[in-house]
Amino acid sequence: MATSSNNSPALLAIAEVSKSFGPVAVLRSVSLQVAKGEVVTIIGPSGSGKTTLLRCVNFLESYDSGSIRIDGKEVGYRDSETRQRRSERDLAAMRAETGMVFQSFNLFPHLTAAGNIMLGLTKVRGKSNAEARSIAEHWLGRVGLAHKADSLPAELSGGQQQRVGIARAVAMEPKILLLDEITSALDPELVGEVLAVVKSLAEDGMTMVMVTHEMAFARDASSRIVFMADGGISAVGPPKEVLAAETTNERLRTFLARFRASHF
Amino acid sequence: MGYTLNFNLIWRHFDKLWGGLLLSLELAVISIAIGIVIGLVLAVWYVSAGRVVRTIIAGYVEFIRNVPLILLVYLVFYGVPTVIDLAYSAPTSFVVTLSVYSGAYLVEVFRSGLEAVPRGQLDAGKAIGLTPWQRLIHVRLPTMLRITLPALSNTFISLFKDTSIASVISVPELTYGAQWINFNTFRIVEVYLVTTAMYLVTGYALLFALRLVERRFRAAR
Ligand SMILES: Nc1ncnc2c1ncn2[C@@H]1O[C@H](COP(=O)(O)OP(=O)(O)O)[C@@H](O)[C@H]1O
Ligand SMILES: [Mg+2]
Repeated sequence: MATSSNNSPALLAIAEVSKSFGPVAVLRSVSLQVAKGEVVTIIGPSGSGKTTLLRCVNFLESYDSGSIRIDGKEVGYRDSETRQRRSERDLAAMRAETGMVFQSFNLFPHLTAAGNIMLGLTKVRGKSNAEARSIAEHWLGRVGLAHKADSLPAELSGGQQQRVGIARAVAMEPKILLLDEITSALDPELVGEVLAVVKSLAEDGMTMVMVTHEMAFARDASSRIVFMADGGISAVGPPKEVLAAETTNERLRTFLARFRASHF
Repeated sequence: MGYTLNFNLIWRHFDKLWGGLLLSLELAVISIAIGIVIGLVLAVWYVSAGRVVRTIIAGYVEFIRNVPLILLVYLVFYGVPTVIDLAYSAPTSFVVTLSVYSGAYLVEVFRSGLEAVPRGQLDAGKAIGLTPWQRLIHVRLPTMLRITLPALSNTFISLFKDTSIASVISVPELTYGAQWINFNTFRIVEVYLVTTAMYLVTGYALLFALRLVERRFRAAR
């Protein structure tokens, strides 16, 4: 699958990416490499730039400097030197290689569960309706919603909607899946069914970058955990190291302590 | 009260009213259809354009909304042919006027609908790799339509009633038919009672049909 002039082994290579919203620096020279099959979890306080970083990876957000490559190919810009923005057609084609699941589900309300999954398959991947339908049914089965193929989003619970959201993303066979606090908008009793789906995708070898506040899940499912603070990566490593209560990183220790106090 | 109602003369000339109603509907349908095209194109252009285009479109909308329709009708029918050498019939002139008029109202309806489409839906469309055009067709317009349907129904009914203004340039629609019968029979109360009833019944029938469409869309939410 190596398709690039760049022979880095990383599937996703983020190098010194910075971004400001007006005068506010939101990302400060962030660098992170994710290998194929890795599950990287980003944790950190609200406002630390986690969402913005994920949105830069599929160019829902532009960035001011640095470079993001997927499979060696520069995202968003023709190259990191001239920083000439890619054409909309190019951007669309690149985004199709990255799946994204949103905190607020963002299903298309006028389409059924199957219809939500089929839209990208037919319009972007050029599959026939019948083909797209059978792929949609396959993935709905995988997320336990085979019986809801013809239900509209409004007829589904939050947990079911989010599972459709995951199916919509993975049905496109993306190289990498981005998940942004996908259980934060759910009632506690619905969180488990969604995390179970994510876990099974991880076991299949799907490369994932996820932002979550589910620490127990992060500990069990992640290859590495990244701690973000103030727009930068403050700590990164295996779950056991990063989540260790006796860490010497002051901010991380404060974050974890505050987190434990509010969640347990 | 020396006036006794007598509808006989009205029924004798009823073809004037019936034919008038059909023409009213025709004027409304054609003008609204053209108005929808104008409204959609300008609304989509507006939300993706820069300041200059926005100012021009807003100027068109403001102008139309602040000038009485009857003046626009006179302006297009008597004014334009005086200035430029162009001949057209009264019905054509009215359709042009009502199209431009309805376009301005529909731009507003569609624009606010487009701006009300949640950002997240557009992000989701981007994330699966849809091009801007595909996002417009498959994500933005369907959601916009569902948001705007109630306002659209009201606008359509109101535009149907506005066809009565075509009578001032002698287009033989429903109100003109009523005036003709009044001048020729002097049964003023009867003819306007019947005409009012015809506007009401048609208006309610339209509203009922549009509510049915709305309900279908609402179910799909
Ligand atoms: N579109 C935007 N315009 C201006 N500021 C923004 C925008 N999006 C995010 N921000 C700001 O950027 C910072 C980081 O936001 P975000 O990436 O959402 O953090 P997190 O996901 O870690 O909570 C916050 O201070 C937020 O207010
Ligand atoms: Mg966030």
